[in-house]
Order: sequence, then structure tokens, then C-alpha cells
Amino acid sequence: MMKDRILEKLNANLKSSLLAVNEYRGELTLTVVKGDIVKVCQFLRDDGDLRFDGLRDLCGADYYRPEGRFEVVYNLYSLKNKFRLRLKVRVGENDLHVHSVSHVWPTADWHEREAYDMYGIIFDGHPDLRRIYMPEEFEHFPLRKDFPLMGIPGSLNLPRK
Amino acid sequence: MGMSRAEESFFTTRLEQIMGWARKNSLWPMPMGISCCAIEMMSFAGPRFDVSRFGSEAFRFSPRQSDLMIVAGTVTYKMSHVVRKIYDQMPDPKWVIAMGACTSTGGMYRSYSVVQGIDLFIPVDVYVAGCPPRPDNLLKGLMEVQKKIARGEKPGQCEKIYIQEHLKFDERQDSRKA
Amino acid sequence: MEPNIQEAKQKILRALENQDTTVTFEDPLENDMVLNMGPQHPATHGVLRLLVRLDGETIVSVVPDLGYLHRGYEKIAENCTYHEFIPHTDRLDYLSPLANNVAYVLAVEKLAGIEVPQRAQYVRVICAELARLASHLVWIGTMAMDVGAVTVLLWGFREREKIQDIWDVLTGVRFTTSFTRIGGLAQDITPEALRMTADFLDQFPKSLAECENVLVRNKIFIGRCEGVGYVSAADAIAWGLTGPLLRASGVDHDLRRDEPYLVYDRLEFDVPVHTDGDVLARFYVRVQEMRESVRILKQALDKIPSGPVNAGDPKKVLPRKERTYGKMEELIHDFMIVNFGINPPVGEAYHAIEASKGELGFYIVSHGEGYPWRLKIRSPSFVNIQCLPLMLKGGMISDVVAVIGSMDPVMGEADK
Repeated sequence: MMKDRILEKLNANLKSSLLAVNEYRGELTLTVVKGDIVKVCQFLRDDGDLRFDGLRDLCGADYYRPEGRFEVVYNLYSLKNKFRLRLKVRVGENDLHVHSVSHVWPTADWHEREAYDMYGIIFDGHPDLRRIYMPEEFEHFPLRKDFPLMGIPGSLNLPRK
Repeated sequence: MGMSRAEESFFTTRLEQIMGWARKNSLWPMPMGISCCAIEMMSFAGPRFDVSRFGSEAFRFSPRQSDLMIVAGTVTYKMSHVVRKIYDQMPDPKWVIAMGACTSTGGMYRSYSVVQGIDLFIPVDVYVAGCPPRPDNLLKGLMEVQKKIARGEKPGQCEKIYIQEHLKFDERQDSRKA
Repeated sequence: MEPNIQEAKQKILRALENQDTTVTFEDPLENDMVLNMGPQHPATHGVLRLLVRLDGETIVSVVPDLGYLHRGYEKIAENCTYHEFIPHTDRLDYLSPLANNVAYVLAVEKLAGIEVPQRAQYVRVICAELARLASHLVWIGTMAMDVGAVTVLLWGFREREKIQDIWDVLTGVRFTTSFTRIGGLAQDITPEALRMTADFLDQFPKSLAECENVLVRNKIFIGRCEGVGYVSAADAIAWGLTGPLLRASGVDHDLRRDEPYLVYDRLEFDVPVHTDGDVLARFYVRVQEMRESVRILKQALDKIPSGPVNAGDPKKVLPRKERTYGKMEELIHDFMIVNFGINPPVGEAYHAIEASKGELGFYIVSHGEGYPWRLKIRSPSFVNIQCLPLMLKGGMISDVVAVIGSMDPVMGEADK
């Protein structure tokens, strides 16, 4: 089975990077050590059998817990095996740096910019990390749980009537 | 001076009426198509709900060559500066139709980045309700602007005539009659 | 506040410069022009802003600027129940609203573990394929109009009006339908809607052939589209392109066949693939996709079974409205589901469908409450626009509209 092959290969080569393995509704989720994310991604992409050559989605999530408040979630897809995999990395509030995977999959570029814009997670090694949705002068991070839905009055300005 | 007030205004009224008739039957819209309402606006210009029979033959995308701006779609704070700039570039007299719920009041998006109604930064003449309004509703909005022009009203002031969806003509509530 | 805005604007210009560090702005006779194809433009398919650096007519680099339609969907989703978010999904890819409805409820049903009856699945296939046809009709109209052939826009809209009439009878609304519900559909499909769909499918291939013949034998159209915006297969996979763009670059991948959802594994259809990778190849792929959609629809209309259209789970599926007025249990369940939500178990799920632009996926994290904890929309247009600088490198300024037309981005989903 595909799941067993992935776990076998990862346990053989990068066992120290895996923190947790979870399966729900037929989907496999691996929690990875934050510093090793690039190694794991490169291994999964380059391995001749697994060939996870498609990064379908990269997003952040705010769990609002004291330990490891944010998470960066990578949804991978293998065109050859037609299999999906999810990787997760925990990012604490006081150390918002994660290494960028944009040199592994170029498509991660804008997804990481979006995660930065919405959560404030900083991706080291990203070629051009700036805001993508909100205007450049916006000072807050909208998708954090402590940012109100209606916004903070005065944070965005309107033209005069 | 020697002429009485009634005679003096006869010629100017006729002239204004002719100019009003010419203006209202050749309103060239500038479609500020931003999101979903823009597709209904394209249908409104399409073969079924043909708007060129109302004189709006040429959809000019350049603001300098148009007199009616139809704002169709959600206006965010980032986009509002662009809409205002384009409104300022239009020559006078100019009218604005706020198409859809998002432009009238922010619509279903009560969120941090959506302007809750474009009348916060642009004077609006007619609000058309709907999400998105049917093209026939938008045609009704266009006809209301034409009536405003025929009455000789100044553009930019809305006299609160609401166009409600799916009502027959005689059920429309006209607040001026009340 | 003023210095901040200036510095912010400089950042974008610096991003442009950084892409090509050999050129400077010093010599006035040898400088490049930075052109702003602003958010309000007849041919950018919505509010997409492109900063194009030009050397005469040749494009040196392109920086897209998004966010002019960012409405805060993901934040809104964290404050709505699962049912309340369905109308919001209509407005994502607003050219094919039914497909987005189907994608979202499939993701929620995967998370909650609800099994939908067969009839509802067939009707959802019909909805998704009609939405694909409607979206491609607008695509062919706008792409042809951008390249110069204005007639095809009106023909495309004529056909699209017929599809919108079918939606009117089926769902009650012409455009933003919100038709699917968690566990099934809002209402059953009537024989009249089935008959209208069958009549439409009988005359559609002829109209499609008309539109195609006007364009495909036109030397100007071919000249403007051939060889423009080339993306190789390896680049397409690395940059995450999906949908017709991927298939036009030679990669044979279609979620309907490779990861079948709904009842696509019981329907026969081919997946068109071209290897040229340019704008013309994408045109052929999409036109052929329209023909395959007609084939799928005809099969679905034949094979649709009778039966219930909503799943039987009363704690998660909204009961029929007329029953809530007379029966106690239905009233209580209706109250609980509308006010408190469906409460799926704790966990997360990702489900994607093959929308008309590519892979539209929803990643939902649930903490056991009626509101999603996190909802991420993987929108195909966002990822496709990212590849625009690669496609336009070295091209001419007039290729920009052709490439954007072939990519068919919808800013409602790119900006969320």
C-alpha cells in the first residue's frame, strides 16, 4: 500500500524528522520537525518511487494554543502514484521563522506570501516576501484569531468623498 | 429684465429638455466590472437583454469617453482608491449606478477589507438591489437614471427611489407620492 | 503615514528591478518603460493589476499585483456555520457557481462522513458539467474578444443564456445558485429541467462548431495564438498548474478520471491532451473539453436513478421545509442545524474537484463545533496567475491579453 511505502521510506531515511503520524478519512498526515522541513520535502520530491512532484496547497493555520500556536500545512500530490499526503509544521509565536520550500517547488512562492500576509509567518530564503492581498501599508495580520472580523477602524483608509 | 419670468424660462426649459432627451438616450456606460455582478452586466449588454436599444451602445472602458459609471462588484479598500480615481477622470455630467448588494451596503461581506457601500466615497444616483441583480433589474435602474435626467435633476443626489426585485411596475413603492 | 506609503510603492518597483539586475534607469535613451495594466482594464478579466517592464514592445518582466478583490472569505468562514458558507462559495469562481457549491459540500461531507444517495450524485454531476460549459462559453467569448473576434462573445452569451434558463428552472436563480446542501441538494430535479437540458444538449454541438469554425481557420487568430505563452511540461508540474493549462502542456492528468469523485467512475469520457503548451493548444483543449462535457451530460441524463435526493442523517442534513411545520423532530433538528451547525467530528479533510480552471480544493479543519476552525480554499486561478511571468518572458506586449485570455483567471477565486 502507498501509505506503508511512504512510512517505510521515511522511517528508513529521516526517522528523526517525523514527530507524529495521523490518519483520518483515508488521508495521511505527518507532523514534521520545523528545522527539517526542507530535507523532508526534497526527499519526497526526489525519491524515484514516491515522486511527490506537486505541491497543491500551502497554508497557515492559527490554533491559538500556548505551545506552537501556528501551523504551516503542506498538501502534496504525486502525479505518478495519484496519492495525496499532508505535512504539518508547528510554529511558535515567539519564533515565527520557517524555511521556505520555494526552491523545491516554485509554486510555493505565492502561497508562502499569502501565509505571511495572513498570519505573519516569516519564510527564510524566500525570494520576495511581501504582502499579496492586503495593501503594503497594512500593519496587522488578518487571519489570526485575535484580529476582529470587521477589522480595526483606521487600519485601511478610504478616498475622500 | 423686460421679459417676464415665464417667457424667459420657456426657451431655456425647452433647450434643457432637448439636451436632457439627447443625454438620456445616449448614456454611454463605463462598466466598472469588479466581480460577479460584472458577468450579469455582460449579459445585460449581451444578445438577450440588449442594452444598446436603450442607447447605451458603446461600452467605453475609458472614463474620459463615458457618462455613466456602473459599479458592479464588491469594492474593497484597496480597490476604492482606483474607483475614486476613475470617477474623478470622468467628465461632467456623470451619473453612477451602484449595482448589486455589495456596492450598496457591502452586501454579504461584513469583513475587514470590504467597503460597506460605495456611497461612502462616491455620490450615487441609483441603487439596484440583488445579488446579482437580474439584467432586467439593471435595465430598470438605467431607465430610472434616464428619468432623472429627463426631470433635470442634478447628478449625484439620490432621491431614494428603491428598485425592488421581482415587483410588478404598479407595486413599486414611490416614496415621493407618499 | 505618508512616508510609509511611498516606501510601500517602492517595494513593488524594486521587485521588478530585481528580476533583471542588468538594466538600470539612468540613460534616458536606453531605459525600459514600466507600464501599469491597472486593475480597471477591459482585458484583464477582472481586477488583476500587472506591472509590465517593457523594452520597446518586448516584455522584460511582469509582476502581477493581486488583492483588489480580497473579501476575507477564510475569515468569514470561521464565523459561519457550514451551511451558511454555501452562498459564499458561489462567488468564488463566479462563472461556474454550481461547481463551487459541489466542491465545498463534497469536502464537508468527507469531513463529516456523510454518504449521499445516488440520485443526488448524478444531479451534482449534471450541475458540475453544466457549470463547466457555462464557464468555457464565457472563456471562448472573452478570449476571442481580446484577440479581436468580437462576434464570438455574443454567440457564447446566447448559449450561456440557455444554460442560465436551465439553472433558473432547476434552482430558482439564474446565476448564484447555492443549490447543493450538505447531504444532498436543496430540491429535487424536475422532469422539466431534465427535458430542457436534453433539448439544450441536442442543439449545442452545432453552435459550438459554429464558434470554433469562425476562429480556428482564421489566420489572424492562429498567428496571435501560436507559439505564445509556452510552458513546458516539467515547468507546468513544478509551478503547480492544473486543469486545461496542464493538459495543454502534455501532462495527462484529470481529477475526474484519476481520483474519481461523485459518479465519474461510471461515466465514459476522454481527457483531451495536447503537447504544444501554447495558447492555441489551450484553446483546443478547452473546446474539446466542452464536447466531452456534452458526452458526460448525455450519459448522466440517461443513467440518473430514481430515489431520495438527500441523505438520511437527521442530525446533519436539513429536513424538508414543509415537514418542519408539522413534525416535532424535524423542527428540532432544523433549529439545531441552522443555529448551531452540523458539528462534524474533530479532524481535517482536503477534497478537490476538477473545476473549469483547474483543481479547486477545500481544506477544512474542524474542532467539533458547528463552525469550521480553518477553511482554506485552494483556488486554481491563484496558482495559474503565478505562472504568468514565466509565460510572458520575452513575449510582446500584445501577447499579454492572449495569454491571460488562455489562462482564464477569475479574480473572485484568486483573491478569495
